[in-house]
Amino acid sequence: MTNVSMTNSTDTQGDVANTKGRSLWQDARRRFLQNRAAVVSLIVLMGVCLIALFGPLLAAWDNETVDWNVLGDIATLGAPSLSNGHYFGTDELGRDLYSRVVQGTQVSLMVGIVGSTIAVILGTLYGATAGYVGGKTDNIMMRIVDILMSIPYMFVLILLLVVFGRSMWLLFVGVGMISWLEMSRIVRGQTLTLKSKEYVDAALSIGVKHHVIVLRHIIPNLLGVIVIYATLLVPQMILTESFISFLGLGVQEPNTSWGALISEGASTLQYGTYWQLLFPLAFFVITLFCFFFIGDGLRDALDPKDR
Amino acid sequence: MLAFILKRLFYAIPTILILIVFSFLLMHSAPGGPFSSDRPLPPEVLANIEAKYHLNDPLIKQIWTYVTGVVTQFDFGPSFQYKDRTVNEIIGQGFPVTLTYGTISFLVAVFFGCALGITAALNQNSWLDYLAVGISIGAQVLPNFVMAPILVLVFTLWLGWLPGGGWNGGQWQYLIMPVIALSTSFMASIARIMRSSLLEVMHSNYIRTARAKGLTKREILFNHALKPALLPVISYLGPTFVIMITGSVVVDLYFTTGGIGQAFVNSALNRDYSVMMGITILIGCLTILFNLIVDVLYAWIDPKIKL
Amino acid sequence: MSLLEVKNLEVSFHTPDGNVGAVQDVSFSLEQGKTLAIVGESGSGKSQTAFSIMGLLAKNGTSKGSVKFDGTEILNVSEKELNTYRATQIGMIFQDPMTSLNPFVRVSDQMAEVLVRHKGMSKSDAIKDCIKMLDAVKIPDAKRRIRMYPHEFSGGMRQRVMIAMALLCHPRLIIADEPTTALDVTVQAQIMDLMGQLQSDFGMGIILITHDLGVVAGSCEDTLVLYGGRVMETGPTQQLFSEPTHPYTRGLLRAVPRLGTKHAQLATIPGNPPNMLQPPVGCAFSPRCDFATDRCKTFKPILTKFAQDRSRACHLQQEELV
Repeated sequence: MTNVSMTNSTDTQGDVANTKGRSLWQDARRRFLQNRAAVVSLIVLMGVCLIALFGPLLAAWDNETVDWNVLGDIATLGAPSLSNGHYFGTDELGRDLYSRVVQGTQVSLMVGIVGSTIAVILGTLYGATAGYVGGKTDNIMMRIVDILMSIPYMFVLILLLVVFGRSMWLLFVGVGMISWLEMSRIVRGQTLTLKSKEYVDAALSIGVKHHVIVLRHIIPNLLGVIVIYATLLVPQMILTESFISFLGLGVQEPNTSWGALISEGASTLQYGTYWQLLFPLAFFVITLFCFFFIGDGLRDALDPKDR
Repeated sequence: MLAFILKRLFYAIPTILILIVFSFLLMHSAPGGPFSSDRPLPPEVLANIEAKYHLNDPLIKQIWTYVTGVVTQFDFGPSFQYKDRTVNEIIGQGFPVTLTYGTISFLVAVFFGCALGITAALNQNSWLDYLAVGISIGAQVLPNFVMAPILVLVFTLWLGWLPGGGWNGGQWQYLIMPVIALSTSFMASIARIMRSSLLEVMHSNYIRTARAKGLTKREILFNHALKPALLPVISYLGPTFVIMITGSVVVDLYFTTGGIGQAFVNSALNRDYSVMMGITILIGCLTILFNLIVDVLYAWIDPKIKL
Repeated sequence: MSLLEVKNLEVSFHTPDGNVGAVQDVSFSLEQGKTLAIVGESGSGKSQTAFSIMGLLAKNGTSKGSVKFDGTEILNVSEKELNTYRATQIGMIFQDPMTSLNPFVRVSDQMAEVLVRHKGMSKSDAIKDCIKMLDAVKIPDAKRRIRMYPHEFSGGMRQRVMIAMALLCHPRLIIADEPTTALDVTVQAQIMDLMGQLQSDFGMGIILITHDLGVVAGSCEDTLVLYGGRVMETGPTQQLFSEPTHPYTRGLLRAVPRLGTKHAQLATIPGNPPNMLQPPVGCAFSPRCDFATDRCKTFKPILTKFAQDRSRACHLQQEELV
């Protein structure tokens, strides 16, 4: 959360030229590294990524094989144990939960990254174009965004998934398509302010071409906003995918995701197999926490309002 | 004011038309749908559909029939699964349920979210603030599909205080868990927005003026700070409505409350396209209506916006 | 007894980059009915001096020293106690009328609440008084315009509203923080005339905070020059202007544009105000001073009285400044 307690004391800010020159990004990195929650989150998140990448190497079972030894009595034999290789226990069908969680982590992180990449690219291009061109084009383009915004996307996405059958790629793209609208609005707003900056006028007046201005002046200055927003978008994507998987409309067996695992774990709670909910839930909650804290840290580090 | 509302409603027309036509085409092209032959429907259902859509007519005429049916009589046609039920009947059964607990959840989220945010902001950096921020961060990573199983685990399975599901005409015992599950994460988001916007307002120059006038803390909050601080919260309410409706799907599913969410998922799993379309369009209309209300509310608070 | 007596006032801010001493060892006093100008560049601590008197510092700010209003200590007392002085005894006019009036509240409500709060008036009586006050600050058609929102007023009119609001309870002291900075030159003159007239009508003391020496010359008995949070020079305005004894005051005076002079180029003081996170060890002005010696760079000069009512903080003798 931003802290604006310095606003009263602008009088005291004094001379910037006397202090050693620091670039915006160096400054931001210094501030980010001072934010303990964000740094810890970054480290934890890297840990989660490592598990997703190298977790399968440690697994004693794969994510499809049914362990017939435990199948009769999951509630006691299927509990987490190091001796039989089910570190996280097994699921209701006797499959190794550790392998399934690792696999679900891969899918969920992938959805988050692919989805937000799509949203960021689409939103940035659309928003920057609208903002930079301005005038009537801008008006029409933003009107279209307004119209698209009042469509209940989650329902349309589910409709799409039902009609065209469930596929991972449709899910990825669909989840990404949901979020580009907000992104395009933010980028457009930023572009509008950047466009009126003196250095853009200066560049124009010495005959720099438009596409060069966009590449050299607009996009680099947008990077901060884009980075912040993308970080906050990833957990939203994960949430959306988990939601759809929770409904049983997401990834298909034997593949899984956090949402699907949470759904399975939740449905078997009454049998006392808590680990089936707790392990995927822990991964889900910890990762979301990390993204939120990193996003907050980045915002505090890059937001010029706080300087 | 009236002109503004009419203008907005006018802009809503293309949105709804796009939504209707898009859903119809989707239904039409659905593999395994009623308009393709690889999965025959029961003859009575087929007869209903034939009577409604005149399948032998050209596509454009079919669309026209559907659109006029929806627009003039709010008639979404027959179900694709049940021979004796129309889409309107199915929606009519679930909608009051969703509306009841949806409205309660919405009010709970707004009221407690604002109260939490204001408390936190007025006691910035005190234990109250940290508690409120902690609650709101925690609640943010507990979306409804995570909250629901946890609530059932605690209140039904462990404590045995509340029934684990059902609707029972909306008795209060049956309402509590759906409302908590649906409102928690919104309450958290609203609290976060309220806190940071009130903090920003409290540091503004006009609050300093109010302090210089010797007003009490209470007067400053209610006469000067609350109105501007509410603006960001209000603009968040539009999206909230959509996400809440989406969330009702999970609540319906997990607590078997029997709202339209349940109807939606059932029809998604049954490939009952006309019901899915009907619900999607209905929610689209509600979204537009709600966004309009939010805009009017915004303009009513901010004197600089003239309608 | 003086109306306001400020002694050894220090204001500092706690920031993530370290503590910032915005005001250091500032003392002055003001008599009833008189006007004192506090002059300095932006960042010299003049606004923070005013805020600390009123107890309006940002949350991360602390003040030390003593501020006595009519003999009573008011620095660092409780908010409740301060509220008995604010508006009723000390009125404040802020720099930027655009942001200092609440854009979401009608002018009538913003003004009337002062009277309702402090005089226990009913709302309708309060509004009648407010309209009278708006008439006094020469806002045309006050009866109708009081119902409007601040953004429906022009900049000059907004500042008049600000002034009227500060005067509602007839305070004995007005602190005006750059009341004319955001306004056109002609409006500036009108506002200053208005303040002078109101002062003679109501007989209050005024502290005028400004960086505009032209405004000071016309309306203030005494002047205090601040630089880097410290007092550089004080004295009766007339004397101070005719024979400035501090290099900084001289620089300031030379930088005032005058009509009819032959030098086309305006004199400036080279350099920038000091970074208050790492203030100079010696005299705050030494990095920009033409006369600075090694001594100036290592030892802070002490404010010393050198004539009736006049003090200066400079290591050099007056004769050396040529």
